[in-house]
Amino acid sequence: MKNLLILGAGTSGTMMANHMVSKLSKKEWKITIIDQYKTHYYQPGFLFLPFDIYTTSQVKKNGKKFIPKSVNYVQEKIDLIIPEENKVKLENGNVLDYDILIVATGTKIAPDETEGMNGPEWYKSIFDFYTYEGAKALRDKLRDWEGGKLVVHITEMPIKCPVAPLEFAFLADSYFKHKGIRDKVDITFVTPLDGAFTKPKATKALHYLLEEKNIKEVTDFNIERVDYENNKIIDYADTEVEYDLLVTVPTNMGDALLERSGMGDDLNYIPTNKATLQSRDYENIFAIGDATNLPASKAGSVAHFEAEILTENMLRFIKGEALKEEFDGHANCFIETGNGKALLIDFNYTHEPVEGTFPFPGVGPLKLLKESRTNHMGKMAFRWIYWNMLIKGIHIPFVSATMSKKGKHFEEVK
Amino acid sequence: MKKIIANREIDVNEEGYLIDFNQWDREVSECLAGECNIVMTERHWEVVDYIHDKHHKEEPLSIRGIKKSGVLNIKEFYSLFPGGPLKKATLIAGIPKPKSCI
Repeated sequence: MKNLLILGAGTSGTMMANHMVSKLSKKEWKITIIDQYKTHYYQPGFLFLPFDIYTTSQVKKNGKKFIPKSVNYVQEKIDLIIPEENKVKLENGNVLDYDILIVATGTKIAPDETEGMNGPEWYKSIFDFYTYEGAKALRDKLRDWEGGKLVVHITEMPIKCPVAPLEFAFLADSYFKHKGIRDKVDITFVTPLDGAFTKPKATKALHYLLEEKNIKEVTDFNIERVDYENNKIIDYADTEVEYDLLVTVPTNMGDALLERSGMGDDLNYIPTNKATLQSRDYENIFAIGDATNLPASKAGSVAHFEAEILTENMLRFIKGEALKEEFDGHANCFIETGNGKALLIDFNYTHEPVEGTFPFPGVGPLKLLKESRTNHMGKMAFRWIYWNMLIKGIHIPFVSATMSKKGKHFEEVK
Repeated sequence: MKKIIANREIDVNEEGYLIDFNQWDREVSECLAGECNIVMTERHWEVVDYIHDKHHKEEPLSIRGIKKSGVLNIKEFYSLFPGGPLKKATLIAGIPKPKSCI
């Protein structure tokens, strides 16, 4: 009997358990998935929780419901991966052997990385919305907040879901308009990059959104510290931005398990082949989703496309065949723009988001890189797709793992 | 689009960043630096080497990375490439600027 071990039962790990259980012979393979937490969160919902668009019960479910019954589900904290011995040690002292290991331990916020962030004002005037706790605390804060300077801030790249901070600023504009206090709120978007939009085509097509919503931009801002006593953030060039309410995306880091096991890079992400998803250092270790160091977006859609390709590569690996170098960095994301509208973008490692239609070339019904109500309905419908199809490993019709170029307005490359 | 840099036709994007790294050399670098009012020194070249190394390994460039690079500290990075050090240093090094997905 051989062992397939999956570390992490989030979006990627749960998808892989569902994919592999239908592909591997139960007589030959035992599949085990390990995660210390009981709750599975619908993380895209954390964007909506602060604005009372989603309730807490809409973004969390018991994770066990999504793990196939024939998979051994272990709810324990993982202490160490010992790749030289093909073993994983749990905090309770148990040791599990594996023939193949899938690392799907995701990414976490690390507010301790910035001086003054995780201090006395954390969850008082400084919030994140990348955790359930942060999004919920921010919701409670916003319910009573009477206005002032709202600063939406990105600490450093890479981050999970790079457009979420921008969506947050757009939704905040809508939220305060509906509350009738938009004139009392000043919204500033602060980024270490050279703009809220960083790609030429997106900037051209979308910069009007910031002007229309009266959102100010502070760019090239590399934060050195939060001066929580004087309510300002300060960067290395001594630029200061004042806030009354700071909504920040702290540094994102992979799980400390990878650091403990000596397998991570500077940010605890596991070096991974970007086309095959095999780890660079160990041939029987694969990585998926936010846990990898891939130059792709850290997003559920990316994990979904990776899962389809990783499943195929696992089967090839088991048969001793060459791995398929197929993953192209495909991502497909809805972007909320507020007032019941959204954008849709589709891109990969080499192609930036462009205008066009999706998923049917020339037909749509979804339009790329353009605001529409249909796109917003798509984003709302996605929660159902996530819980009922995506993490169960059911293929989403007409959406392929690699990016299609049909129906998109690419310029001819000379 | 094409741009004449160091008396050669170089392929650049809308923002002036090189599209093909094979067209990069030190002469191109010096011209691009000149456009940013920067005169290249030994220290600048050391930073360019570090940035190329990160780029070839496909590791993201960040201020944190500079802090841990052992090549220079953040204050010096700002003084070598005043304004937006990451976007200027990448332009001069002939690689794409750090960006988000849109």
